[in-house]
Amino acid sequence: MYNPEKKSALIPSSEITDEAVFRQRRTLIKASMTGAAGALLGYSAGVTANTSATGFRTSEELTSKKTVTTYNNFYELGTDKGDPARYADRLVTDPWSVEIDGECNKPGKLTLEDVLKPHDIEERIYRLRCVEAWSMVIPWNGFSLGDLLKRFEPNGNAKYVAFETIVDERLPGQRVPVLEWPYREGLRMDEAMHPLTMIATGVYGEDMPNQNGAPLRLVVPWKYGFKSIKSIVRISFTEKQPPTSWNMSAPHEYGFYSNVNPEVSHPRWSQAKERRLAGESKGISSLFTPKVDTAFLNGYADQVASLYTDMDLKKHF
Amino acid sequence: MAVPEWLLGIVRKLEIALNSGDTTVAQSSPLAGKKRKANKTRGWIPRVIKPVVFVLSLVPIVLLAISVFTGNAGANPIETVERDTGEWTLRFICLTLFATPLANLFKSAWPKRLRRMIGLFAFFYAAMHLLSFLWLDHWFAWSDILADILKRPYITVGFLSFLILLPLAVTSNRWAVKRLARRWAALHRWVYVAAVLGVIHFVWLTKGDQLEPVVYLLILIGLLAYRLVALLKADKA
Repeated sequence: MYNPEKKSALIPSSEITDEAVFRQRRTLIKASMTGAAGALLGYSAGVTANTSATGFRTSEELTSKKTVTTYNNFYELGTDKGDPARYADRLVTDPWSVEIDGECNKPGKLTLEDVLKPHDIEERIYRLRCVEAWSMVIPWNGFSLGDLLKRFEPNGNAKYVAFETIVDERLPGQRVPVLEWPYREGLRMDEAMHPLTMIATGVYGEDMPNQNGAPLRLVVPWKYGFKSIKSIVRISFTEKQPPTSWNMSAPHEYGFYSNVNPEVSHPRWSQAKERRLAGESKGISSLFTPKVDTAFLNGYADQVASLYTDMDLKKHF
Repeated sequence: MAVPEWLLGIVRKLEIALNSGDTTVAQSSPLAGKKRKANKTRGWIPRVIKPVVFVLSLVPIVLLAISVFTGNAGANPIETVERDTGEWTLRFICLTLFATPLANLFKSAWPKRLRRMIGLFAFFYAAMHLLSFLWLDHWFAWSDILADILKRPYITVGFLSFLILLPLAVTSNRWAVKRLARRWAALHRWVYVAAVLGVIHFVWLTKGDQLEPVVYLLILIGLLAYRLVALLKADKA
């Protein structure tokens, strides 16, 4: 069982045998090599001490790695929850590049290596709330999106950031017009620059599995999961609010903001509660687990509610 | 929809050979008159086919139970149970609606003789589906359940569909058939409404990919169109 607390400074690193931590060695070594996080123990302790209070690491029970990597919505690989894992090999992530354009001083096309190079990879444990009323607790590896965006020097016209997922004829789901490809998402600039908003490059201390959106994806923990766009190939700074896939598909059901909000129902179902997918399913008892109440902004209101103070969130859902 | 003569011939010969006491094929069966009283127990359909269909109809729920017990019902087993029981309800409803066209196609009554059992299985899966919604999904929190039924159109139509199936299941016995006489057929035509509501329920609850609900919708439209055509033909004649 993966237990992030095991990495706490109380336990000498030599005694840590947890597989997940072991597998995370590249991430941890990378973090320490960049110098910012210092030594291995320093990194671990630092993350726990500094960020738990600000929402970076929830202490709730983690969703099992199996569930995180086999129950996915990634329509490029198929619409069944099992399709993304089933057809994961259809997503080719090497070579990978990301195009940066729009309202910024330093646009360009970057290789994956160039995108990642300057950033310290850290672990964050976020809740993920799907618009379909289920949720997970996931240990992501990555860094704040804002740190990436600053490098391209967005100009005064940059009010929004738009993202696009790869389009590739090898992706089985893209042969079906369930959504208009490429998958598109967007954030307001202040949402994008918020430290909680992250680019994730891994999960459970390992490189990002294809079905979870390799090699790099967005994670915005206070918004419904579909805002956290996977397998990003393009980032554009725009002056106008960019079109987003689910909003284009059903504008009355999926708004641009799509903040987690138990008070604002999906037109067809309630968002007041959610089914927490925790550990492995354990026989008959897996059927008898009540739903839990959904929290405003997915429990990140302390951190991000100030972004929406003057907005009617029922109107801007 | 023409069936080749040779196929019809085989079907009828099989019936005559095996279905010694079936009154529904009485005209063509030389034994019909003598063995009428033995119908219930000695016909081919009640003796062999019905138990087989009965066991086959239980396979989906047994497989579902096994997958739950062995932890193979996916990451969200409650969703799996709700979805599976719901889809099997629709499949069994469609199967009952196939009885008439099949009977006409093969000029044989045996599909209709299985219809009651299949219809009751449709109700059984519908009841399991409703129970999983009330219990696994809502833990019998009646105010939440009522709010869902009233506020969520897909749940409203799903619930209505169940309410329609309920009297059909209750009146499926011989006594009710006799008692209701002509009204029985009129009552049981409500299955069309239940089927349509069931498919609408599926369409409305689905996010994004509508392929599967649309397949059910097309099958249902085909089955209803068949009746409409038959009705128009009967009107002309």
